[in-house]
Amino acid sequence: MKFGHALLALAALTIAPSALAQGSTADGIAKYRAALQDGNPAELWESRGEALWKQERGPKKVSLERCDLGLGAGVVKGAYAQLPRYFADADRVLDLETRLVWCMVTLQGYTEADAKKNPFGSGNARKSDLEALTAYITSESRGAKMNVPMRHAKEAEAYRIGEKLFFFRGGTHDFACATCHSEEGKRIRLQDLPNLMTAEGAQKAYTTWPAYRVSQGELRTFEWRLYDCFRQQRFPELVFGSDAAIALTMYLARNANGAPFDAPAIKR
Amino acid sequence: MSSYARLGLLVVTAIVDAGCATRVDDGEVAAKAAAVLKASFKPAGQAGLDRLEQDETQRACSAAAGKAPPKDVAAKIEQANLATIRYPADAKLLGDWKTGEKIAQEGRGKQFSDDPKGPVGANCYACHQLSKAEVSFGTIGPSLYQYGKLRGNGADVQRYTFGKIYNSEAFTACSNMPRFGHKDILSEQQIKDLTALLLDPASPVNQ
Repeated sequence: MKFGHALLALAALTIAPSALAQGSTADGIAKYRAALQDGNPAELWESRGEALWKQERGPKKVSLERCDLGLGAGVVKGAYAQLPRYFADADRVLDLETRLVWCMVTLQGYTEADAKKNPFGSGNARKSDLEALTAYITSESRGAKMNVPMRHAKEAEAYRIGEKLFFFRGGTHDFACATCHSEEGKRIRLQDLPNLMTAEGAQKAYTTWPAYRVSQGELRTFEWRLYDCFRQQRFPELVFGSDAAIALTMYLARNANGAPFDAPAIKR
Repeated sequence: MSSYARLGLLVVTAIVDAGCATRVDDGEVAAKAAAVLKASFKPAGQAGLDRLEQDETQRACSAAAGKAPPKDVAAKIEQANLATIRYPADAKLLGDWKTGEKIAQEGRGKQFSDDPKGPVGANCYACHQLSKAEVSFGTIGPSLYQYGKLRGNGADVQRYTFGKIYNSEAFTACSNMPRFGHKDILSEQQIKDLTALLLDPASPVNQ
């Protein structure tokens, strides 16, 4: 809402209050978004992530360059556009973040708790390695067509569980994901809401995460997007790397199939 | 409707893709989803795991999966929720519209990140247009601009409006609107103030 008010203040400088209309506000937002595209601080996370990927780290002092993200050991290019997927070694469907944790544990010798302990950073005060790694890996899928597989029974099951979770109403306010994301052309305050029930809506939304959030000065991953949606839904806290997070990601990523991946992006 | 048709297609594609995997029964998926949900959240701040326990209305509306529920189900939901509405003992339904406007603007309350002792608002503007002056409004719900001017503020309109804010499911099954009174989000006085915001002839909503 801070952004909305800032915009209003901006608009008020140039237009008489009585002339303020929804149209001019929407124009202001469009201009702001266009101006943002000029430079994206997400690149800072991407380069830090690349260094982390190649660095010998952890108790076993090895790099992550032997990590199999689904396309073979060490293949980074295009890997994110085919996640989540079933991994036989883990016997589980994993998204990128949980696959990174898997590799940090099995290759580098970290404990699972250590690998998972700081999934969401907070500016320069508390940098998150997982976030940086995610920024790097996802950037290597820019332009790749979303192609999330559905060959294994567990992939199909995760998709259907994700769909159920999308419609699950709970909490004090009866909110589900679908409350805000199942109709065309809706807004919360001035924020446009993607309709995740359509291929176009899912594609536009999913392919633009992770994103550098200007309002937070922080790169945010898709797991964070889910975490914060549930916070606003008045649910308890979504556990990082949980089956619900992976199933919902599976549902939305799969619905985005066919679109070119285009992140890390930049959002207000 | 076309968006649902498209989603249907996506689901069909998913199943064909799954190849030899057999189609799992929908009830089984729902049971698995419930178990996954329970294992995937932890209590935080004021939000305990009890918030994942659905009541009958939440269960029936989740099962409707974004569509309108069947007529008989809808009637049952509305009847059960209508019975929960408690009207004020003093029979006065109109509070102070100025306080109502503040409640309508306030987005905080009940999130695990909110101070449990801090303000709890209705955040009406997130989804509705109300006064003309506030251009930062959402569109998930209908515009309520001139709500009272169009309807008058007679006893029946007052009763309906208070009841709708108290428990929206009493009038529209599986509405997107929270049940502010029934779920103890707002106090009786706050609901009176919002009723005034909508119906008081002096309220900016009715200018």
